[in-house]
Amino acid sequence: MVDFWFNHFNVFANKGEVRWYVTAYERDVIRPHALGRFPDLLRATARHPAMLYYLDNWLSVRPGFVRRGGPDQGRRAGLNENYARELMELHTLGVDGGYTQRDVTEVARAFTGWTIDRPREQARYVFRPAAHDFGNKRVLGRVISVGGERDGEQVLDLLAAHPATARFIAGKLTRRFVNDQPPPALVERVAAAYRDTGGDIRAMLRVIFAAPEFRAADTAGAKIKKPSEFVASAARALGASADARGATALARAAAEIGEGLYEATPPTGHPDRAEAWVNPGALLARMNFALSLTGGRLPGVRADVEALVAGADRRQPQAVLDRLLAELLHGRASEQTRTVLTAQLGLPEITRLTPDDRGPADTDVAKLAALVLGSPEFQRR
Amino acid sequence: MLTRRALLQCGACALAAAAAPPRFLARVAGAAEARGKVLVAVFQRGAVDGLSMVVPHGDAAYTGARPSIALARPRRGDTATALDLDGFFALHPALAPLLPLWESRALAIVPACGSPDTTRSHFDAQDYMESGTPGVKSTPDGWLGRVAAGLPSERATPFRSVALATQLPRSLRGDAGALALRSLDRFEVRTPTPSAQTQRGFESLYGDGVRDLLHGTGRETFEAMKMLRSAGATKLTPANGADYPRGRLGESLRQIAQLVRADVGLRIAFTDMDGWDTHVAQGAEQGQLANRLRDFGAALSAFARDLGDRMADVVVLTMSEFGRAVAENGNRGTDHGHATAMLVLGGGVRGGRLYGRWPGLAPEQLFEGRDLAVTTDFRALFHEVATRHLAVPAAAPLFPGWQPGGSPLGLLG
Repeated sequence: MVDFWFNHFNVFANKGEVRWYVTAYERDVIRPHALGRFPDLLRATARHPAMLYYLDNWLSVRPGFVRRGGPDQGRRAGLNENYARELMELHTLGVDGGYTQRDVTEVARAFTGWTIDRPREQARYVFRPAAHDFGNKRVLGRVISVGGERDGEQVLDLLAAHPATARFIAGKLTRRFVNDQPPPALVERVAAAYRDTGGDIRAMLRVIFAAPEFRAADTAGAKIKKPSEFVASAARALGASADARGATALARAAAEIGEGLYEATPPTGHPDRAEAWVNPGALLARMNFALSLTGGRLPGVRADVEALVAGADRRQPQAVLDRLLAELLHGRASEQTRTVLTAQLGLPEITRLTPDDRGPADTDVAKLAALVLGSPEFQRR
Repeated sequence: MLTRRALLQCGACALAAAAAPPRFLARVAGAAEARGKVLVAVFQRGAVDGLSMVVPHGDAAYTGARPSIALARPRRGDTATALDLDGFFALHPALAPLLPLWESRALAIVPACGSPDTTRSHFDAQDYMESGTPGVKSTPDGWLGRVAAGLPSERATPFRSVALATQLPRSLRGDAGALALRSLDRFEVRTPTPSAQTQRGFESLYGDGVRDLLHGTGRETFEAMKMLRSAGATKLTPANGADYPRGRLGESLRQIAQLVRADVGLRIAFTDMDGWDTHVAQGAEQGQLANRLRDFGAALSAFARDLGDRMADVVVLTMSEFGRAVAENGNRGTDHGHATAMLVLGGGVRGGRLYGRWPGLAPEQLFEGRDLAVTTDFRALFHEVATRHLAVPAAAPLFPGWQPGGSPLGLLG
């Protein structure tokens, strides 16, 4: 869920100062609320320097405001609509959520003054009244007239309670856990859970996991693992351990397959559909990762493929393969995969013969395991 | 072990029955289509400021709208300021490498191009431009995917449509299939010692029967890998002294040039570059945007140089989801706008000219009172490039719900 919500409230590490804020953002904002209430999560993201910086709100001030210090001293500054727009389009209502350009401008006015105190030192959220537009705002037909920091808070309350937000969040959660094409009836039930509980994330997940749609036969294996899931599941299936260097190597592998850690540039984050991840370059990168991982060629990653087949007679290649299929695919190997891999056993690269060619002496477990990790079945969740 | 012929045959059965998997096998079935025309689409993601790329210095309202980020008027002989094109427009000085292409009439510019849809969301606008259907989200395929479908299929190869990207872009989606790969150099099975058997092992896992996205992609992967190797594309070094800038666009265009020169049947290539969303500290002659433009111009110019005479067969089309507001914002940057400038460069282009009416920057001329108005629908431009350059039949439904109307721009001879 940390991964899901980070992606939902995405920030890009390579945009300026975000690099220094991004790990704290994940630790202090995303993680504590990942199974909490959506409105709390939304509020926490709105105030964090990572988000304030990434979507430029820290620079958004009331029209006509004159900066008193810094490099822009004496200059007139004004609104920046970036956060206001993405807040509605991507964080809450969804792009079809029924807001207009006028709403975007009004929301931007409400958030003027939400900025970062000493961005290169403490980098804490601060509200600066002098930069705030105290005039009335009209957002989604509601007048916001309190003035001050409460304006932004009211906008967040309004958006979090909006039925379009419930639908949008329900749709994304269902796509994540059930299917690329989330069943509309289930989405509606998850949205109802959002509305009934004020956005309790656990309650929504309970609806999903208890749903017949979740247990349906065609849901198993319906989702293609995204690159980070593939890398993590391969490492776990092998019982691999990684030190700091190894963690970097694994993150780099996921990036090579298409999903760089903290490296999604756009505020939409990474897509959550198979078509986004399945293409020749990425598929090949998965196979190459499997070869490096089982071959022990990732610095700092220790994967003991031998341990997987401990006890199996290495002179019986079929027994070794059966063990690997059981350990890595848990009985999900298709007939085709079984046949293809069995045929591989006849190759001298996989099965090494005794010096006198009388029979099999040893099996190249690493290469065989790589083939299993590169199989179609292992790409599915 | 499957033979290539058996693979093709079983693929052909799959082709008849399946809707989802890439239909590369129809393309593999013939010999490489040598020396065909090539269209290269370059997407500037994040909404490039067209007014800084192609500066309307002759428009009286330009400078006033942008107190800190307007470029100074061109001065003859001064390469640090905007480079005059026709007395009214000028190229950003960071685009200087493109000036010779303009002068040799290989570069045409459409300064106020964009979508009739009014969204200022990056996500939506890119989606609409790539699907080619402004305002319609349910379109399953992309406009270049439909262009590919309109090309004759009998001589097609796995490299007919290629994206230099980790993910297949929306533009190339469709039944005609397309390759997405980040790097040609890394497009192989890598083992410490060369191992044809390991490669064949993976290949067979995806080789047979099953008709789904994964298996189709797997088969396509190995077909393309073999072809790439036998054509020796990755061994081609840039020709004619072409010097590509470091960075993603330069790298992508360098590899697209390799595919063109290796004659692997490339007809449609796609790549993109981001970093154009200049809300803050955009800069003028120098600065953040200038740095991006420098990479952009140098990469395009190196590409044209690398291909040399072969550029006669190639057209490069640049695009961006929308432009930026005419007035600068409170942070010396620009917020999301409407029309932007698009470039067309290559063989057969009637270059050295600007196309489409200039809508003007005076307050009453602006779209919704703030943005450059669109006077050329991007579909008119894309349609003309696809039909004239790639000879896709003009009647092909490249842009559902839209018909080319009025007189064409006439920017391809």
